[in-house]
Amino acid sequence: MDTPKRILVLFAHPALHKSWVNRRLIRALGDLEGVTLHDLYEAYPSFHIDVKREQALLLAHDVILFQHPFYWYSSPAILKEWQDLVLEHGFAYGAGGTALEGKTFLSAITTGGQQQAYCRSGANRFAIRELMAPFEQTARLCGMDYLPPFVIHGTHLLREAGQIDPYVRAYRLLLMGLRDGTLRWDGLGEDDYLYHNLERVLPPSPVADHA
Amino acid sequence: MHDESLFLQAFIYLAAAVVAVPISNRLGLGSVLGYLIAGVVIGPFGLRLVGQEGEDVMHFAEFGVVMLLFLVGLELQPSRLWRLRLPILGMGGLQVLATALLVAVLAIATGLAWPMALAVGLILAMSSTAIGLQSLDEKGLAKTEAGQSAFSVLLFQDIAVIPILAILPLLAYEKGVSTGHGPELNPWLQALMVIAIVTGIIIGGRFLMRPVFRVIAATRLREVFTAMALLLVIGIALAMQQVGLSPALGTFVAGVVLADNEYRHELEGDIAPFKGLLLGLFFLTVGASIDFRLLLERPWLILGLVLALVVAKLAVLLALGRGFGLPWSQTLLFAFALAQGGEFAFVLFSFAGKAKVLPDALTAVLVAVVAFSMLLTPLLLILNDRWLQPRFAVPAEERQADGIDTSDSPVIIAGFGRFGQIVGRLLLANRCPITVLDHSPTQIDLLRRFGWKVFYGDAGRLDLLEAAGAAQARLLVVAVDDPEKALEIVALAHKHFPALAILARAQDRRHAYALIRQGVSVIRRETFGSALEMGIDALKLLGIRAHRAHRIAHTFRQHDEAALQEMARLEGDDAVVIARSRQLTQDLEQLLQSDGDNTAADNDQAWDVAARQGLSQG
Repeated sequence: MDTPKRILVLFAHPALHKSWVNRRLIRALGDLEGVTLHDLYEAYPSFHIDVKREQALLLAHDVILFQHPFYWYSSPAILKEWQDLVLEHGFAYGAGGTALEGKTFLSAITTGGQQQAYCRSGANRFAIRELMAPFEQTARLCGMDYLPPFVIHGTHLLREAGQIDPYVRAYRLLLMGLRDGTLRWDGLGEDDYLYHNLERVLPPSPVADHA
Repeated sequence: MHDESLFLQAFIYLAAAVVAVPISNRLGLGSVLGYLIAGVVIGPFGLRLVGQEGEDVMHFAEFGVVMLLFLVGLELQPSRLWRLRLPILGMGGLQVLATALLVAVLAIATGLAWPMALAVGLILAMSSTAIGLQSLDEKGLAKTEAGQSAFSVLLFQDIAVIPILAILPLLAYEKGVSTGHGPELNPWLQALMVIAIVTGIIIGGRFLMRPVFRVIAATRLREVFTAMALLLVIGIALAMQQVGLSPALGTFVAGVVLADNEYRHELEGDIAPFKGLLLGLFFLTVGASIDFRLLLERPWLILGLVLALVVAKLAVLLALGRGFGLPWSQTLLFAFALAQGGEFAFVLFSFAGKAKVLPDALTAVLVAVVAFSMLLTPLLLILNDRWLQPRFAVPAEERQADGIDTSDSPVIIAGFGRFGQIVGRLLLANRCPITVLDHSPTQIDLLRRFGWKVFYGDAGRLDLLEAAGAAQARLLVVAVDDPEKALEIVALAHKHFPALAILARAQDRRHAYALIRQGVSVIRRETFGSALEMGIDALKLLGIRAHRAHRIAHTFRQHDEAALQEMARLEGDDAVVIARSRQLTQDLEQLLQSDGDNTAADNDQAWDVAARQGLSQG
């Protein structure tokens, strides 16, 4: 078996005290071996990102995961600032910029709207995969493998702890699968994304879960 | 000479306390039992070091209970007292009535006439404030539900002493004997005087004491303040005795009146050691006064009575605790803390003897029974701790968290001048309660006028930090002007409250070094932040765009703070320090300049690269 992959979760939420779902997801990661949780708003309250430190973190991990709420079809501001500063020419792309080549990239996002809203006839007119195109292209330009996003829709309707539990469990399984290299991507179509299709990705014998 | 015997006695009592209490504490038995055992050892049935004078010493030592009640009052704002009215009247009233009746019935069953039985019942219904509260306090349980309930019951008992003193003469078997207790007064006149004195305490405490304290605090002589505090307590006790009221009750009222006063923590800090010593002395004399001769002569009678008393009290207290909805673990604690005879019993028995209510032979036995029951309390509490509580461990923890009083604020701010105020205002604006200590009377006056809760006191004193709640607080903000004082407070807090996180204001770089070396986690140089802001303003006026100026300042701050940490730990002579300091400054300049140059170059390059590869990032 391959050596386990190291996962860097770059987490951005400016008002975590108001977000049930993200709090639960974060808490579920805490004890996972091989997963580094990096809370950007906590580390850089005044947006003064330490580029050297961030680049060192990227080098030390194999899987880069952005976890954030989906704000105006993108990420909260600090994550954009992070991309602008950390993904430097000569480091992440361009001449000599090969630091991220061969790594895996994916996003884990939460949206207030339901899945139905993200289609031609819906309020948001575009599918999630379309709206995520800037992230996908960023990953590709940096030479990373882009995985479909893990999306939790309709967070406004998730009020009870019991409703969130399946998502938390799925997120843990996904990260464990990424770490251990046991996921199978061949069954997934171009426009799909994770969670609803998770069972197609996970290995046949379910991974033991201690969530 | 008279003095010599006084010194000798003081020496014996102090030596007994100093030897016995640490041993008892080490064995996990608590200080109360330590004092009691030490008393037995030095008493007439031990080493015979003290004896005849025991009675007088005990009366003197009872003053410790008076001080205890004063301190309890200081902790209890009138609003909180009002919230406790139901437990005080309900639990306290029922406890006294039910215990008195139960004991009286038992006494009648042993063949006592009903007036005597009733007198015995009323007297034995009292529990020991000194033992109950001290034991709970020592275990840190005073603010749990059980602690609050025990306090309520004890307070009611203090009040109940007055009517009991009035009823006892009516139960006399020989009529027409003067009680000889207190001056004989016309009852109307007496009632009038009681009202006058209590009103005097309330009005004086509300309006008169603040300016008096201020004048005394302005002298900056600590012992004068201590003298004033003692004078206040003793004065009230005397006044209460004059009208035949319990001095403890009077000082309790005074304490409650002063609970809102800004000098409260200072008063607490000054009185607490006297209270501790006197209570210790009281326990010692109780130990010394236990009549082992009586026990040897009629062991089964005494032991049987002690057991009957404790079991009867326990039964009533357990029923009350459950009846008032306490969980089992709290009920047990509450019941065991109060299942003994009280110090008032000694007073009331001697009164009853003189008033011909009870024959002397009977009171001698009962006094011994009360003393033994006191000796038993710490043992019962240990039994409760070790054997009974573990069975309720989980619910106990959950409930306790509920019961702990939230009036203690999580943040203490020492020094509330130009610096501390800003910290405090930000916290208060976010509804975080703070306790403020400042040692300038004029400053306190000013702040009080603006409606701030500020307490007078020098935060460099351990007792004062304790009184301000340092043991329960989470943060201590050291914002005093005097850099030496700040270091002193930090050292003190580190030593005695290691769990307390410290945030310190540093006057300058050197002061910051000293604070870093003391291991303070958060240090802010008092002028650094605003000077940096002004630097940003200057850069902006020179034409640098605002965001860039802001980022430059931020880099400067990070670099400077890292350098501060490094320099603080740098050993060596001045030459080494100066050389390293120059190097660090140069590094910073280089960093800032290269940062500026590179930003522009990067952007160009990024565009170029994208264009070359036929990709657009835009």
